[in-house]
Parts: sequence; structure tokens; C-alpha cells
Amino acid sequence: MPSAPETTPILEMRGISKTFPGVKALANVELTVYPGEVHALMGENGAGKSTLMKILSGAYRADSGGELRINGEVIHIDGPLSAKTKGIAVIYQELSLSPNLTVAENIYLGRELSSGGQVDRARMRADCKGVLDRLGATFGPTTIVSTLSIAERQMVEIARAIHANARILVMDEPTTALSSRETDKLFDLIRTLRADGLAIIYISHRMAEVYELADRCSVLRDGSYVGTLTRDELNAETLVKMMVGRDLSKFYKKDHDAKGSRGEVILKVRDVSDGHRVRGCSLELHQGEVLCLAGLVGSGRTELARLIYGADTRKSGSIELDGKPLDINRPIQAVNAGIVYLTEDRKGQGLFLDMTVQENVNLQVIGRDASGGGFLNLRKARARAVDAIKALSIRVAGPIVEVGSLSGGNQQKVLLSRLLETRPRVLILDEPTRGVDIGAKSEIYRIIDDLVQAGVGVLVISSEMPEVVGIADRVLVMREGHIVGEVGGTTGIEITQENIIALAAGLAQPSAPAA
Amino acid sequence: MSQETSATDLTREKAAANRQVLIQQIIRTVGMLPILILLGIAFQLMSGRFISPQNLSIVTQQASINTVLACGMTAVILTGGIDLSVGSILAASAMVAVIGSLIPDMGMIGIPLALFAGLVFGLINGSLVAFIGLPPFISTLGSLTAVRGVARLLGNDTTVFNSHLPFAFIGNGYLFGIPWLVIIAFLSVIVTWIILRRTVLGVHIYATGGNESAARLSGIKVWAVFLFVYGFSGLMAGLGGVMSAARLFAANGTQLGQSYELDAIAAVILGGTSFTGGVGSIWGTLIGALIIAVLSNGLVLIGVSDIWQYIIKGLVIIIAVALDRVRSQGGART
Repeated sequence: MPSAPETTPILEMRGISKTFPGVKALANVELTVYPGEVHALMGENGAGKSTLMKILSGAYRADSGGELRINGEVIHIDGPLSAKTKGIAVIYQELSLSPNLTVAENIYLGRELSSGGQVDRARMRADCKGVLDRLGATFGPTTIVSTLSIAERQMVEIARAIHANARILVMDEPTTALSSRETDKLFDLIRTLRADGLAIIYISHRMAEVYELADRCSVLRDGSYVGTLTRDELNAETLVKMMVGRDLSKFYKKDHDAKGSRGEVILKVRDVSDGHRVRGCSLELHQGEVLCLAGLVGSGRTELARLIYGADTRKSGSIELDGKPLDINRPIQAVNAGIVYLTEDRKGQGLFLDMTVQENVNLQVIGRDASGGGFLNLRKARARAVDAIKALSIRVAGPIVEVGSLSGGNQQKVLLSRLLETRPRVLILDEPTRGVDIGAKSEIYRIIDDLVQAGVGVLVISSEMPEVVGIADRVLVMREGHIVGEVGGTTGIEITQENIIALAAGLAQPSAPAA
Repeated sequence: MSQETSATDLTREKAAANRQVLIQQIIRTVGMLPILILLGIAFQLMSGRFISPQNLSIVTQQASINTVLACGMTAVILTGGIDLSVGSILAASAMVAVIGSLIPDMGMIGIPLALFAGLVFGLINGSLVAFIGLPPFISTLGSLTAVRGVARLLGNDTTVFNSHLPFAFIGNGYLFGIPWLVIIAFLSVIVTWIILRRTVLGVHIYATGGNESAARLSGIKVWAVFLFVYGFSGLMAGLGGVMSAARLFAANGTQLGQSYELDAIAAVILGGTSFTGGVGSIWGTLIGALIIAVLSNGLVLIGVSDIWQYIIKGLVIIIAVALDRVRSQGGART
């Protein structure tokens, strides 16, 4: 084992806590990484992995009281630059390269060599060549980054980190956008780096990758450190138990009886594709059921939802509502037909942060409420807002408060109430509890449950396994743009984390489609 | 016990948050009004004749055309766009107004013709933005030049006159002692306020400017919003053209309206409308336009030279907006 316990750890984090207003994101977390090891960091979404890594990379500052050592020495990281100078580098998913510049210019970004006040491109090129060769790059230092594939860009990022003498490399879901061949190449590269004595912190949801690469694996849950497994102790059962851990039966409210409330098929999606991320998906959603779309990030779930909603252009396939073909090419057509979509990108594509709660709640119904010449019915708007605040227990001083000043959970409830005001029959919820505190989470589950009891068909996309298991009546699993299997419902297969993950990661054969 | 303290802490926090929201709203509504008042007092103290009925009437008349242009500009900037072509459209519309007024026995037709011309130019801008997806800066920069050419073409590159202009009262007449120019400007503000704050369209304008992708995703016809605001801005520029022509009994395609777009933009920005869209009010714009007019007038009254007027006006705009930035950062959300 490269991680012989007698060597000094290259990185020790102890008693790391991080409090955001209203939320304790990390509580007393520890992490010990040795040189020459690939250390997997696992946990559900929201478990605190990213927060921990942001503290390491200087993007966040930890609460006082924790301790951070590099090679046994206590250090303080007070910003991204200080993390870099201490040899810590993060390879971001949505890469931080300038696409218009060459590989060499990117590698030297911010540290340009100069001679006599001029940028010394020749020396930069020559220097980079060595690093690129060592990593086995098939492109040269003068290649413009925009012409490179995602995998190659990732390699440029790694080259930049190595070139800056990084000793600790953090990789956050690095394979999300890679093909399997590219993934293999990346793994070879990671093994080379490990052999060179670098420490690699590897964050991934894919069990298979962790089995393949990791020397050790630490698990976080709800912002706390659960434990660390060595390679020999790694197995799915233990890992999942460590990641989930708690009794969730009371947290997820599911008063509706799956068999009792489920009615007719309301939405039928047939062979829909966008020619790229979604490749021929079919599904049926019944009235009064919660159907979850599970799968890894990037498996095409959001893209499928956006196709159903008309937000993106459908290349082929058809959509039926109540057995009648539906012409949906734009969101407004979906909304008018009674299909609404809650985006996963609340701030970017959902809310109008500068506008008030009242304006946000009413946004999609002001047209219906308006009188003749399109004049607003402000009294009705206010009444709707006041009712929504009460019904969804949105914690806000009043309806005339800007949404941007609310907490994540309350923002989400505002967005949800905007959709509910349209009285939808089909509700598509994309990551409905992302970035939402526990209290608001359980309230959102209650709302979903109420809607289902009222006969609404709810399609939920979620990356949080316990959530899927807790609220779904039926689960469809997506992988690489296809729906690869179903659990729950009439399949007879129990909705468990293991069954879903197995399908999502492609470890098991897809189950036979329901008869 | 500790629970009790945290509960009172919480209510106290909530009350403080409420107060902060209230203060922020007041500041946003009042905006640059204090600066306008301070400027007025300062000029009165320095010149001794700033605050007189005659002078105030002159100031408001000076502000009127810019206010009308700034109404359209406010709607455009609220969507996150910009309309650089209003000065040129004003010139072309003024040409149309005067040429139309020369038609025997039906000279009043110059007004609707000018408004129509402005609307058409505006809708062309809007189509470029809405359907072809050109950046507003570029499409209206193009029409700034092209429409200027059209304005010159309309009069064969000469000045057109009409000493018997049938709608001359607009530029020089009074209603109940108030100049028609001022009445029209104020009505424009009112109409713009109604559109922005009392109609579905207005909410859609704010929504599009605040978050265009969210607007699209929620089913707002973003193209219609763009088409409207640029069409509206063109229409307002057409109205400005009528007002200019009525004031001068003449129009000149080369000189009229030169750099008016900059004053209109300055008024909107002084009024606290965010350049990225989604935030702002027409009342702020009115105050902004008045500040610009007060500056021009006051600096003349106290005998500042033409050159220094430019420098001072520019600095006031920069300082006022910088102050605004600092102020709004104080209440920035997390």
C-alpha cells in the first residue's frame, strides 16, 4: 500500500466546521490523506463534500477551531491563492480555462514568464512541453484550448496544477462528461500521478470508479465525518450504509397510498430524443403518483424533462396528455396544457430575484387574472401571494419583499408556489430540494404528497438517493440518455438505493420492462 | 432559558430585517431626489434667480424632450438592452413631421406620420433583437447611423421649414399656463408608469430584464417584450421629433437630435435603473432628466463656460451613480 500509516500525512484536516447563516454545513469533520494515495471522498449530495473541498481550496473559510496541517505543519489558508502556493489544486468540472488562449498560455495564466517586459512565449512553450509529454498529451502547447475535447481540457487543467507544483489534487466528479475511453485514459493518468507521490482526493458518486481507483475512502453524511475505509474494507453495502445511515421513514411524508391514489395515465412520452443527450426515452406518468427519474448527473434526466416541457427542441418522439397528442414546442404551450417544470437552477433559470414575492408567485397567472387591456389585478395578486405564503409556510415578512433576500428553502417554496398557482395537472420537479435546509425539505415533501392525493401526476428528478427511495412510488433509471430500467410500481423490484445505483452505474443488467 | 433568549433574538432579528427592507424600499423610491433638490438650492444661492416661475418653466421645457426619450429608454434598459438610435429617429421623425405639415389643408397629419415613422424604426430595432438575436448595442448602433442617413435623405439634405406649422402650439403654446411640452412629457411618464407597473406587459418587461432565461422558461414571450420596448422607444423618439419640429418650425436631418441618446441614457442611469435590467422606475428617470436639465440651466445661470459645463455634467453623472452603487451595496443581499 502506498499509504503506509507510518509516513507523515500530506494533508490533515481536523475539527473542521463551517456554518452558513441558518445551516451548519460541516461539523467537526476530519480528513487525512497520505502522499501517493487516491483518497475517495463520498457522501450524498449535500453531505458536505464540496464545502470541505472549498475550504481546502480557499474558496470558503472554515469556522475557527479547526486545524489544517500539510506535511505535519499547521497552516492557514486564507484564500485561493494561498491554497495554490501550498500545493493544493482543484480540477473543476466546468473547467476554468480561457478557451481563446493556447494551452501554454493557460498553463501559465497569472504566472506568465516575461523577459524585458514582454511575455516570453517561447520559454513558456518549451516549459509546458515537458509537462504535457509526461502526461501523455497528444496536443502541443500552442493548441488553442477551444479546439480541445473536454477530456483534453481536463488534462490541461491537470498539467497546469502539476506545473504549479501541486502536491494535493482535488478532482470533483471528473468523469461526468467523459466517454468510457477517455475515462480509462484519465484513470491511467491518475495512477501515474499517484506513482509520482501526489495525493489525489477523488470525489465521485460512481461506486465502480471508487472501487477501481481508491486506496482509501472517507465518507461524510449531513456535514459530519462518518469514517474511513481502506481498500480491503470497501464494499457497496458498507458504503451505502455509511452514506445513508439514518432512519428516514418519518422524514419523507407519503400518506398517499401508491395503489389507491394512482389513476389513469395522464402523460405519455414516446420515444423522445434531442439527438444528443436524450436518445429515445418513453415513459408514462399516472395521475396521483410520484414517478422519480433517477440516474447519475449527466445521464440526461434534466434534458428529458426540458424536452417534455418544450424548453428545448425535440428532434423526434411524441407527447400525449390524456391520450391526446400534444404539440409542445415552447414552454407556454406546456403551461397552458397544465404541465409545469421546476428548474434545478433556481437562481439562474427559475426566480426573478429582484422582484417581490408577490410578483414571483403571480408571474405565470397575471395574464389569466388580468382585465381587458392586460391591466394587472393587484388585489387578486396580493391575495394569491398572501395565501401562498400561508399555504407553503414561506417565512417572509410580507408579499412585497424581494425574493433574493430569502433563504434557499423559502426561495424554492416561492418558485414552487408560482407553478402551483397555474393549477397544473403534471408537475415536473427537477432537484426540488437542492440547496434547501432540512425543515423546508420535509415541507416540500408534504406539498408533493398533498398534490398527489389531489390527483396531480408528479415527475421528480433527484440525485439524492434517500429522497428517491423516500418519496417515489415508481422509479425510472436513466443512463447515458436512455431509460435503462424501472423499480417499484408493478415491477416487483423493491425501491432501494442499491437497486437504483446498480442500474444507474450500469453494474447490473436492466430489469425487464414492466408488463 | 437559552431557548427563550434565542426566541427573542429571532424576533429582534426579524424586526431588524423588516426595518431594513422598509428603509431599502424608501431609498429606492426616493432615489436621486435629494440630489435634485440640493442642486436646485445650490443654484438658487449662487444665482439668486434659479427658483423663479419663468426659469422653472424654462428648465422643465428643456427637460421635456429628453424626458420623453428617456421614457422609452427606461423600458429598453429595464430589459437589459439599450437604444442608441433615439436621436436619429427623433431627427427622421421631425423631418417627417415638418414635411407632412406642408401638405395643404391637412398639415396636422404630420403628427401621426412622425409617430408612425418612429414606431416603424423602433420595431425594426426590436425585430433585429427579438428575431435575429443581435445584441441591442449593435443593432441600435447600426440604426443610429442608418436612420441618420434616412433623416438627411428625407429633406434632400437640407433644412425643411414651415412657418405656418399647424401644430406649432405644441412647441410654444400653453395650456392653463403650463407649456404643452411639459404636459406631453408628464403624460408620457404617466403612460410609461401605467405600462410598467399596472399591466401584465410591464411585469414581463421587468421579468425579462431580471432573468431572461427564467422568463423564457416560465412561458413569457420574450420576443414580444423586446419588440414592444424597442417599438415603444421608437414611438417616444417619434413624439420627441414632433416636439422638436413644433418648437423650431423646422427640422434638419444632420443636426437635430445629435447625441440625444446619451442624455436619455444618462437620465435613466441617474434615475437608478440598473444597466443589466430588471430594476428601476420611471419616476427615477424623471428625476434623472430633471437633474440633467437643472445642471444645464443652472450652470448657464451662474455663468460657467460651455466647456466646463460638459466637464461638470459628466462628473455629476459619474459621482451620482457611484454614490448609488455604494448605497445599494450597503443593502446587498447575500
